[in-house]
Amino acid sequence: MTDTLTSREDTHELLRFATAGSVDDGKSTLIGRLLFDSKALFDDQWDAVEAVSAGRGDEYTDLALLTDGLRSEREQGITIDVAYRYFSTPERKFIIADTPGHIQYTRNMVTGASTADLALILVDARKGLVEQSRRHAFLCSLLRVPHMVLCVNKMDLVDYDEAVFKKIENEFKAFATKLEVPDLTVIPISALKGDNVVNRSENMPWFQGPSLLHHLEKVHIASDRNLVDVRFPVQHVIRPHSNDNHDFRGYAGQVASGVMKPGDEVMVLPSGFTSRIASIETADGPLEEAFPPLSVTVRLEDELDVSRGDMLCRPGNQARVSQDIEAMVCWMDESRPLKLRGKYAIKHTTADVRAIVKDVQYQLDVNTLHRDEAATELKLNEIGRVTLRTTKPLLCDDYRRNRATGGFIIIDESDNRTVGAGIIV
Amino acid sequence: MSDYRISHIAALEAEAIFIFREVAATCQRPVLLFSGGKDSIVMLHLAQKAFAPAPIPFPVMHVDTGQNFAEVIEYRDRRVAETGVQLLVASVQDAIDRGMVTEPPDGTRNRIQTPVLLEAAEKYQFDALFGGARRDEEKARAKERVFSFRDDFGQWDPKNQRPELWNLYNGRVHPGEQIRVFPLSNWTELDVWRYIGAEDIPLPDVYFASEREVVDRGGMLYAVNEFIRPREGEEVFSEKIRYRTVGDATLTAGVRSDATTIDEIIDEVAATRITERGATRGDDKTSEAAMEDRKREGYF
Ligand SMILES: Nc1nc2c(ncn2[C@@H]2O[C@H](COP(=O)(O)OP(=O)(O)O)[C@@H](O)[C@H]2O)c(=O)[nH]1
Repeated sequence: MTDTLTSREDTHELLRFATAGSVDDGKSTLIGRLLFDSKALFDDQWDAVEAVSAGRGDEYTDLALLTDGLRSEREQGITIDVAYRYFSTPERKFIIADTPGHIQYTRNMVTGASTADLALILVDARKGLVEQSRRHAFLCSLLRVPHMVLCVNKMDLVDYDEAVFKKIENEFKAFATKLEVPDLTVIPISALKGDNVVNRSENMPWFQGPSLLHHLEKVHIASDRNLVDVRFPVQHVIRPHSNDNHDFRGYAGQVASGVMKPGDEVMVLPSGFTSRIASIETADGPLEEAFPPLSVTVRLEDELDVSRGDMLCRPGNQARVSQDIEAMVCWMDESRPLKLRGKYAIKHTTADVRAIVKDVQYQLDVNTLHRDEAATELKLNEIGRVTLRTTKPLLCDDYRRNRATGGFIIIDESDNRTVGAGIIV
Repeated sequence: MSDYRISHIAALEAEAIFIFREVAATCQRPVLLFSGGKDSIVMLHLAQKAFAPAPIPFPVMHVDTGQNFAEVIEYRDRRVAETGVQLLVASVQDAIDRGMVTEPPDGTRNRIQTPVLLEAAEKYQFDALFGGARRDEEKARAKERVFSFRDDFGQWDPKNQRPELWNLYNGRVHPGEQIRVFPLSNWTELDVWRYIGAEDIPLPDVYFASEREVVDRGGMLYAVNEFIRPREGEEVFSEKIRYRTVGDATLTAGVRSDATTIDEIIDEVAATRITERGATRGDDKTSEAAMEDRKREGYF
């Protein structure tokens, strides 16, 4: 118990990462190993897995069983939905969005990548890059995941051969230059044997880079946030109506981007009225500054009519106010495709609006990046560029500049299902 | 905070507060499930912080099995009085008396909580129910959404969940349907304890170690009380235990412990090697898929 003090201090930073790989590339084994080696696994979980593995007659305990979730998946031996896993090291707390790699599950990859700081893509060293590896990389770049790691797995099966690794690395880097991948790291590993997962491998002295875990612990994420453009979508108006707080009127929300301070001049969108920040309140007392991802309550010096769905910005740096939205849309519904002239509900920041599809400009083949301009609809897992006209203006930015104000979801009003995700371009 | 970094606990708190506010702003009739257990205590604390200085804008509800630790009920009532929140009690005993549910022969009431919960939700027309479940608790939970849709029968269909992207939660429902909302989704047991420590949140005494008369059932230590009587041939002995969870008093086992303060608990939890459910919940041991089945039926 030498680290009793560190275990109590909550100074860890949070890193969210999404994993992607084709079936059998070793994703479950890798996650199992990260959990196991970081001691995030408990004895009873381990015992259960050992028992199943022994019962099946496996030669070694199958780490992949640790992450096998639902019964239907166990029966089919596949993963059908995004699952979230947690582990921490003395450096960081990690949230893994474990997304299945089958072709029909682009939806899940997009979901997992939407909140990820980092994407981890796996390939099998024996097979090299496959169509799916390219698709995963494309989706992560589309969702603007700031950091990407390609793990070349099963190096033990290619004699830890540097040439095999180099070939895959070069091929992937060549492909990645066509995408916008801000930060790419390529690591040769064996998830099964543990090479370069937690510790640097002695089997690959030719590799000078960090182990995967070391990279996950050290990769610099603080500056990934947009601290420049003040965007504060108003979530809820707090008015206590009590004698003690009779005049209190505060705008509750989570800072989407930028840094806000008391005294700052702000503009309310869409009305365009301006005021100054009187104070930034929390239950623990007022703050001198607020920045993402803090949830705060902002009070203004002037009494303005501000409600949910409005946004606070700086007068000299405003979000776009527009009813004509150009977006890349990923369709997520199996029952009905997105249709030209279709009407949908949109949820964007804290605003709910309705929209009509004015144009489907093209459908994008995520493997070849070929554009099919004849398309008039988008089916499940298809991605395309569409033009929307909304009933009320969205207060938005390009997704590439601001993930929090550039993304939206599409809802089918007949059954309330989330049927698509959009990225404003 | 000069480099604009925050700890992961602060990030989790900000996320939970955002979720509470989102529900309050978009759902018609939310309710917070409150049992007096530590996760629901943290939930109530977060709800208070989310709306301060205004009061919590929704009631809390206890689905009461009638088999409670007395300290926990006292704690529940004290917290309710302090916060001024409205408490609704959905009584399992009452449902048994009315013949709405039948008590299982083994006397455990966890499973029959579900219809009682669903009945109360219908009666009060709740469209959003906050629960304190975490994804680290169990395999089926790992795939649960933060906003988890339930149909008219309160059922969960894991194959038909709404995709959840960014922080854009879809809480739309038709009348009769509900959203279960889990603001602690991304917390681990250790995060909950650290938060309790950091925020100095008081807890019922059962969470701290004390000498109790216990029986050993299949390696689990159950304190002898009005619900747990020694069976034929069972040895009663004295042991210092505390509870990691406090559910139904007939089902919840304690763990050997010397921890009498939050800091000592955190140290023990950080070093522990057995999951919370594995260590203390008799009901989940039954089968690998027990939780998944119960969730499909409408359990939290
Ligand atoms: N030799 C070797 N086998 C591996 C490695 N990683 C995974 N495997 C095996 O590859 C198979 C598929 O792995 P799994 O983790 O289930 O793949 P997933 O479908 O991507 O989750 C299993 O039999 C693993 O034991 C590795 O690094 N080396």
